[in-house]
Amino acid sequence: MTDIAIRTENLTRRFGDFTAVSDVNIQVQHGEVFGFLGPNGSGKTTVIKLLTGLLPLSGGDAWVDGIDVRKDPEEVREHIGYMSQKFSLYDDLTVLENLTFYGRIYGLCPEKLRSRIDDIVSQNVLGPYVNRQAGKLSGGWKQRLALGCAMLHEPKIMFLDEPTAGIDPVARRQLWDLLFDLSGKGITFFVTTHYMDEAERCSHVAYIYFSKLIADGTPAQLEAMPDVNPVGTRRLEIRTTQVTRGLRLVRKFQGVHYATVFGQSVHALVDGSFDQEGLAKLLKQEGIDITEVRPLTASLEDVFVELTYRRQAEMEGKHA
Amino acid sequence: MRNPFQGMNAMIYKEVIHIRQDSAAIFFALFIPIVQMTILGFGIDTNIRQIKTVIFDDNQKKESREFIDRLRNSDTYRIVKYVYSDHEMNEAIIGAEARVGIKIPWDYSDRLLKGETAQVMVLIDGSDSSVAGQAINVSAAIGLEESLKRVLAVGQTLPVEIRPKVLFNPDSRSPNFFLPGLMAVLLLSVTTFLTAFAIVREKEKGTLEQLFVTPVKPMGLLLGKILPYLGIGFTELCIILVALVTIFKVPIHGSVILLLVLSIPYLFVSLSFGTLISTKARSQAEAMQMAFLTFLPSIFFSGYIFPRETMPLPFYIISMFVPATYFINITRGIILRGAGLRHLWFDAFMLVIMGSLLFFAAARRFQKKVVAT
Ligand SMILES: Nc1ncnc2c1ncn2[C@@H]1O[C@H](COP(=O)(O)OP(=O)(O)O)[C@@H](O)[C@H]1O
Ligand SMILES: [Mg+2]
Repeated sequence: MTDIAIRTENLTRRFGDFTAVSDVNIQVQHGEVFGFLGPNGSGKTTVIKLLTGLLPLSGGDAWVDGIDVRKDPEEVREHIGYMSQKFSLYDDLTVLENLTFYGRIYGLCPEKLRSRIDDIVSQNVLGPYVNRQAGKLSGGWKQRLALGCAMLHEPKIMFLDEPTAGIDPVARRQLWDLLFDLSGKGITFFVTTHYMDEAERCSHVAYIYFSKLIADGTPAQLEAMPDVNPVGTRRLEIRTTQVTRGLRLVRKFQGVHYATVFGQSVHALVDGSFDQEGLAKLLKQEGIDITEVRPLTASLEDVFVELTYRRQAEMEGKHA
Repeated sequence: MRNPFQGMNAMIYKEVIHIRQDSAAIFFALFIPIVQMTILGFGIDTNIRQIKTVIFDDNQKKESREFIDRLRNSDTYRIVKYVYSDHEMNEAIIGAEARVGIKIPWDYSDRLLKGETAQVMVLIDGSDSSVAGQAINVSAAIGLEESLKRVLAVGQTLPVEIRPKVLFNPDSRSPNFFLPGLMAVLLLSVTTFLTAFAIVREKEKGTLEQLFVTPVKPMGLLLGKILPYLGIGFTELCIILVALVTIFKVPIHGSVILLLVLSIPYLFVSLSFGTLISTKARSQAEAMQMAFLTFLPSIFFSGYIFPRETMPLPFYIISMFVPATYFINITRGIILRGAGLRHLWFDAFMLVIMGSLLFFAAARRFQKKVVAT
């Protein structure tokens, strides 16, 4: 056991001419819930496949639980659990049979297997379903079973690739509660996701965009990044009586960099020259009242949107 | 040192559940061969009998009628029509009413009585070469017999008599010859398809990728996949053998035990082959196509349909690389001729070699990880 659960140095993977993962450096401490974010096709799954030994590295190095992934991918496999993007269960096997199968694959002896299955079943509250075929479970239960199967051999490090894609909000909440529960017991989670609320819960997040890591830190650190909060600007939450028409006007107003809708209010990034009175007057003419204006700190979503715009502008600049 | 077969027991456990769950498909897989055997065993008779024949007797004498009786009594010809002109005879053959037309000319009896050579004209529809060949042979034989009878004095015997005795399949029954070959082809198809599907399905579902992050070893994975289907192949073989003896009345002259034992390397060949296909194929449809493609040489180049002895050299060389070739030698050898291991060791040896090569090739492909993306 080393201090660092997952470490990469210039991790790179190419498919022909295409670079899917480019010089990624990550450090994940033991017991962290590491949220790995990025739009579709940015390279999240590929990073997981590199770290779990499913794909060979094209460049750089990686260590999982101190084991060199290049040198001993088989040893890595004994230490990790992996839940792939599609929950990979055998639909025609029952819950119990799926667990038994994976337990035997990991070579657990019969007594150990029985006690581990009991643990997993109670941990994931699978009790009522043990004799049901996996294919007949709903999304949330399938995913619990998949998680259970991936944890039978008591791995210290878990890789979950979009575990909450396509399941309902209640199941999503329950899964995250379970993850934090387990992380409290010292298990490290490497989780990819699209959901910002999930990212906000993580103790450590990183953002990958077009194969490159462009942000890495705690949610608070990222929200305080200078790139996201340029000098001389501030963020405001503007509550109005008509939010969509209001948004259009706010966007055109002088001193507003960027505005978007959140529920019943407009979130805007404005600079020093922004004239709040002037905006109120303009909206009044259109029959819209501003009910409240509050200062706002950047959310993770703001962070990722801002970084994505910057990165896009950079890439277009290079092409031009 | 880790166990090189790690995961094998788990795989067998799981495959057996799959097989139990999918018992309909398995029943189908075991049942289809019996249907195919029935069609070939009862329906197809390659010995040509009862060829439809049209007769134009332009002579209409005692001699010509004797000749026609002789034709009628042979099993080869079945007289379907009597005609009274060359034109009608031609029409009957062109219109496929008959395959053979036999014309006895107006001077047949006169010439016989004068001691001259009498002629009988036999028109044969050559569109089916095997029918034509048989018709020619039999008509020549009847002519020869007829001639001899007239040349020899009454009571005199033939100086030389050939008495052919067909060993091993005395009635020259087609099923006896066809079914042992069919057995090899059926075993191959069922086991290749089943294993090819069994792995491609996991690829499509993504469970194979999941397996690759577990400590399961390629050999464990592969054997765990293959052994349950070896069991099915074996069951299949037993069903076929029982059907062979009870339904189709094909006696097994040699040792059934030897046949069962030698079928194991053959099953290994086809199971490993199915696995190899499934490491290449991306979908079940693709696996199906590939299995079919490899299935054809086993039908055409194994000696199942066309005897290897008469194959052109390139085809003969191909046949040496077709596993079914060797297994057909084994099944025909044991079932028809009562051959023992000392006659069949070479075929067995070839199957063991091929099986091992294919098995290791499949294991290697697994080692390189066939991750579907
Ligand atoms: N085996 C492969 N061959 C070629 N390109 C691939 C392969 N796997 C992934 N890619 C490409 O790499 C990029 C990153 O894919 P992926 O890691 O699956 O993204 P994400 O999980 O973030 O959605 C995509 O553009 C994808 O098309
Ligand atoms: Mg992905």
